[in-house]
Amino acid sequence: MTARTPRDETDSSGSVQRNDDRSNFEAAAQACGSAGYILRLYIASLTPRSMVAIRSVKEICEKHLQGRYELEIIDIYEHPTLAKGEQIVAAPTLIKELPLPLRRLIGDMADEQRVLVGLDLRARGTGSRG
Amino acid sequence: MQTGPQAVSHSPGLAKCRTGICGLDEITEGGLPQGRPTLVCGAAGSGKTLLAMEFIVRGARDLDEPGVFIAFEETEGELIANVRSLGFDLDDLIAQNRVALDYVYIERSEIEETGDYGLDGLFIRLGCMIEQVGARRVALDGVEALFTALSSEGILRAELRRLFRWLKEQGVTAVITGEQGQGTLTRHNLEEYVSDCVIFLDHRVNNQVATRRLRIVKYRGSRHGTNEYPALIDECGLSVLPISSVSLDHRVSRERVSTGIQRLDAMLGGQGYFKGSSVLVSGTAGAGKSSLAAAFADSVCRHGGRCLYWSSEESSAQILRNMSSIGFDLGRHIQSGLLHCFAIRPTLYGLENHLVRLHKLVVEQRPEAVILDPITNFAAVGDAAEVKIMLTRVIDFLKKEGITALFTSLAPGTGHGQLEHTDEGISTLTDTWLLLQMVQSAGERNRLLYVLKSRGMAHSNQVRELLFSERGIDLADVYTGAGQVYAGSDRLAQQARDQTAALAQRQAAERRRRTLQQKRSGLLARIHALQAQLDGIEEDAALAEAQELQRLAAAACAEAELAHARYAD
Repeated sequence: MTARTPRDETDSSGSVQRNDDRSNFEAAAQACGSAGYILRLYIASLTPRSMVAIRSVKEICEKHLQGRYELEIIDIYEHPTLAKGEQIVAAPTLIKELPLPLRRLIGDMADEQRVLVGLDLRARGTGSRG
Repeated sequence: MQTGPQAVSHSPGLAKCRTGICGLDEITEGGLPQGRPTLVCGAAGSGKTLLAMEFIVRGARDLDEPGVFIAFEETEGELIANVRSLGFDLDDLIAQNRVALDYVYIERSEIEETGDYGLDGLFIRLGCMIEQVGARRVALDGVEALFTALSSEGILRAELRRLFRWLKEQGVTAVITGEQGQGTLTRHNLEEYVSDCVIFLDHRVNNQVATRRLRIVKYRGSRHGTNEYPALIDECGLSVLPISSVSLDHRVSRERVSTGIQRLDAMLGGQGYFKGSSVLVSGTAGAGKSSLAAAFADSVCRHGGRCLYWSSEESSAQILRNMSSIGFDLGRHIQSGLLHCFAIRPTLYGLENHLVRLHKLVVEQRPEAVILDPITNFAAVGDAAEVKIMLTRVIDFLKKEGITALFTSLAPGTGHGQLEHTDEGISTLTDTWLLLQMVQSAGERNRLLYVLKSRGMAHSNQVRELLFSERGIDLADVYTGAGQVYAGSDRLAQQARDQTAALAQRQAAERRRRTLQQKRSGLLARIHALQAQLDGIEEDAALAEAQELQRLAAAACAEAELAHARYAD
């Protein structure tokens, strides 16, 4: 797992936010290799639901994104200001910051098809939605 | 449960949280249920966000209760800009750490639901802000946006239920807004979760005039007004008019206030109107209604009282100019702050808005007298029944406040029946009714004044002529000769005619007197002559008598001498 601490996260995102979207993307892409996925999983303390989410996300990432993703797990109870800054409403929330477009995946990530749709790894409509 | 010094409790056991919003605390008899959530619902544009925001701002600014505002539809920047126009400096309150503002951004296109979740993010953000400012109040504006963005209704409902329960546990008084649905109070039935107090805001358009109304749908454990109350959004925010015509228990005063016209005072039992009574001045166009109103305003101000002059026909400047022509220097009173002129076209707002505005002005200015000139124009914005309801409310409100009210009303026509009739049907509600009438004769129109009624005082039954001059208003006795009422130059002409006739009569009498005198003198002369004649006759008679006596005596003497001579031989 290549999770960073939230402190690192705020620092890095702070420095990146000063740039425009394009350089933001480039800088981030450079930082994580060619097809880098930057993912952040926000959980509300280690509830069973959070545990399910963490396990699911890790499994899916290892299965589909091995070696080209960066996953960070943040407990919003410990970092409440991040909840506001990142516009977190539901928990767990997985934010796919890169590649664009930004996506928010909410729920315990138990539905793999939907997680893949949310990560743009599968086309919308081929998932189990609807 | 926390009970602040502001909490007003009317019914035992239920603490209330003052909103600080004009009128709302009166209707709810003290405010919203303290420590519980209140649902504010209504259609788009009905003022829900404003009510929620005022609740927070007034709490933080005026009532020492910091608050948290969570918006789901507008960003912080938009909210701050929107309420700045109402004089609320949110930036400042945020800087003082008395208000916390958060915009919850939730966009369906970004979201993919992948299983079971909770709204902990919202809880944490809310909890964090409540802690940060020590909030006693919370507003959730447009919380139903969650239903649009998230599809798992079951989860949302459970989470909202948890949210409202959690808010209660926090001991904060909360306001939640929700959009009106089809046949339901809110589109997503928030009323199922927030059931302690539900306020409904309505915004309708009638005759191209928009009217806002507020109603308390439900207030668990408390009495509350159940009517629809007129509401208004103006430069000071939302105000609700807490008045409705229910009670007739206002105090009455025996004090009198001068009408500003000495002789009119005399007609009204010598002292003028009762303080706190309502006066109706009706009459045809140009009969002098506004002038009577101005005389009263001038009189109130000259005695040091405050007066509110609500004009719906003329601008303030026009009133000042016109009234200075008949000797009322109202500008002086405006400068001294005693007189407040408020000129507004009735068609600008709905009836309720006018009512709220009047109410606000009265509460701000605390005048002794209020003049509505004229009330007839309100008919342009409502039908007769609505106008009557509104005027009844005005009259009741002013009476309750002990304010003398003078209304002018344009009589619909000049026919006998029409004059003693007002379109608004409020004549029965007023205490004193002055009727002004124009009479046309001898090529001119003159003004007549009657006191049609004046409750509780001996008042004159006489008709007076209303005279305007640059020195003011005066009343003159009308000339009532030969069973006719004369006014104006007719009155003067009739007086002259009568004087001529009187002179002629005097001269005729003089002539008759002289003729009789002559006759008398003649008779006396004749009596004198006859008397002289009589005296002559009587003199002659006496002389004849004396001669006869002498003759008889001489005859007797001669007979004696003859007899003596015969015996002697």
